[in-house]
Amino acid sequence: MALLELQNVHTYYGYVHALKGISITVEEGEIVTLIGANGAGKTTTLRTISGLIRPKEGKIFFEGKLLNNVPAHKIVYMGISHAPEGRKVFPTLTVEENLNMGAYSLGNDKEAIEANRERVFRLFPRLKERRKQLAGTLSGGEQQMLAIGRALMSRPKLLMLDEPSLGLAPMLVRAIFETIREINEQGVTILLVEQNARAALKLAHRGYVLETGRIVLSGTAQELMEDERVRKAYLGER
Amino acid sequence: MDILLQQAINGLTIGAFYALIALGYTMVYGVLKLINFAHGDLFMLGAYMGLTLISMYLGAGMTSGIIWALLVIFILVMIAVAIAGVIMERVAYRPLRRAGRLAPVVSALGVSIFLENAVMIIYGPRYRMYPKGLIPEIQWNIAGAQVTLMQVLTLVISFFLMGALYYFVHYTRLGTAIRATAIDHDVARLMGINVDAIVSLVFILGPALGAAGGIMVGLYYGRINFVLGWGYGLKAFTAAILGGIGNIPGAMVGGMLLGIFETLAAGYIPQGGAWKDAISFFLLILILIVRPTGLLGERVVEKL
Repeated sequence: MALLELQNVHTYYGYVHALKGISITVEEGEIVTLIGANGAGKTTTLRTISGLIRPKEGKIFFEGKLLNNVPAHKIVYMGISHAPEGRKVFPTLTVEENLNMGAYSLGNDKEAIEANRERVFRLFPRLKERRKQLAGTLSGGEQQMLAIGRALMSRPKLLMLDEPSLGLAPMLVRAIFETIREINEQGVTILLVEQNARAALKLAHRGYVLETGRIVLSGTAQELMEDERVRKAYLGER
Repeated sequence: MDILLQQAINGLTIGAFYALIALGYTMVYGVLKLINFAHGDLFMLGAYMGLTLISMYLGAGMTSGIIWALLVIFILVMIAVAIAGVIMERVAYRPLRRAGRLAPVVSALGVSIFLENAVMIIYGPRYRMYPKGLIPEIQWNIAGAQVTLMQVLTLVISFFLMGALYYFVHYTRLGTAIRATAIDHDVARLMGINVDAIVSLVFILGPALGAAGGIMVGLYYGRINFVLGWGYGLKAFTAAILGGIGNIPGAMVGGMLLGIFETLAAGYIPQGGAWKDAISFFLLILILIVRPTGLLGERVVEKL
C-alpha cells in the first residue's frame, strides 16, 4: 500500500478546472517531485491533499484512509505536513513561536515539542541563534529554513514542500536541498513541488510532470532527466 | 494643577471603559477583518444583565456581602454575554464568511438594531437606574484631586482583565494560535489550528471584556439606556483605530489616551463638555489622515 495515493483527482477554483484528473502515488521513504510550469497545478495538488481545497471528483488516500472529507486542520494530525508556497512564516511571531505553532497538533506534550525543536535546530542551527527574533526580520533563506522546520515540528510521516528554492540564491538552494535529503534519510517521506526541475530531479527518486492540470509524464528521476521533452521544456536544453 | 490631575484621573477611568470595549473590536478585526458594529450593543447588554442580577440580589433582601455578590454577578454576566457573542457569530457572521467584506458589516448593523430594540422592548425606552451606594462612597484626596473607591476599583479590574488577556494572547499556546490565525487562516489550518474554534474564542473574549465594562459603566454613572452601546461603541472603535486596529496593546493604549484626551479637552476648552464628542472624532479623522495605521499598528492597509 502506498503512503499517499491520488486517484483521478479533479479540483476547481470557482469555474476554473485546475486539476483535470491527477493520479499519483508516493511510497514510504521516497522523495517524489512534481515539476511543471507556473499554473500547471502543482500548488493546487498540494492544497488539495492538505484539505485547503476540496476535490470535486476522485479520491485521496493516506495510509489507506480516505482524506476527501477530513477538514484541513485535522490533516496534520494524520501525519501530513505542508510547508506552503512563499514560505508563509508568521512574520509577527518569533522563530520559537512559529515552531510552537508547527507543533500545535502535539497539544501540550512539552517533551515531544522540545525534542522536535532540538531536532529542527540540529538541521538548521541558524534558527537556534535567532529563536527570539521575529520571523519577519529573517532573511529569505532563514525564512525558508523556518518554514521547513515549522512543518517538521509535528513529526510528519509525509512532508510536502512547495517551491523551497523560490527566490533563493543558488548556493542557498543547494544547502536547503541537502537538508531535505537529510530529512528524508531520517525517515520522512517527501513530496516536493518545484519549478527548479534540475535541482528537484537531482534530489528525488521519482517525479511527475504536470501541464495545465494533467500529468503528462512520470518516471524515475533518472528517466525524466534523460527524457527529450523534459530536457527541452524544463531543463533549458536544446 | 489639581484640576489637571483630577481630569486625568477621571479620564483614565473613562479610558479604561473605552479600552475594555476596544479590545473586542480589535480582536475581531484582527482575526476576521470585520468591524463588529454590534459589539457596543453587547457591552450595553452586559450593563442591563448586570442591572437585572443586582436587582434580583437586592430584591431577595440580601445586602450583606455585596462585594462578593458583585464578583459573582460580574462573572455570570461575562459568561452570558460571551454566549451571546458566540451565538451572534454563528448566526450573523459565519454564514457570510466567504461573502466579501460588505455583507457581514450590514449583518453587524442588523444585529446591532436587533439587540437595541430587544433591550428597549424588555426594559423600556427610559433610563434605568443602577441601585445607589453599592460601592461605598469612599474617596481620597490626592494632591488636591478626589479619587473615589469606584474609580480605583474600575482601574484595578480593568488592568487585571487587560493584563490577563495580554498574558493569554502572548504566552499560551491557544493565545499564540489566535495571533497566528489573525495572520493567515490557511496557514493556521496547516498547523492543525481549528480556525472556526479560534473565531468562537475571540467572540468569547471580546464580549466578556465588554460586558465587564458594561457593568462598571452602570455602577460608575448609575444610569443606563438601550442606546448606550452606540456612543461607547463608537468611542471604543475610535480608540481601537487610534491604537492601531488589530493590535491588542494598541486598543488598551488607545482607550486610555482617548479617555484622558477627551476629559482634558472637556475641562480646558470653553464649553468643552458640549464639544467632547466632536473633539474625539476630530482626533479620529486626524489619525486616519496622518497615521492611518494607528499608534502601534502595523501596515494594516496592505491587508485591506
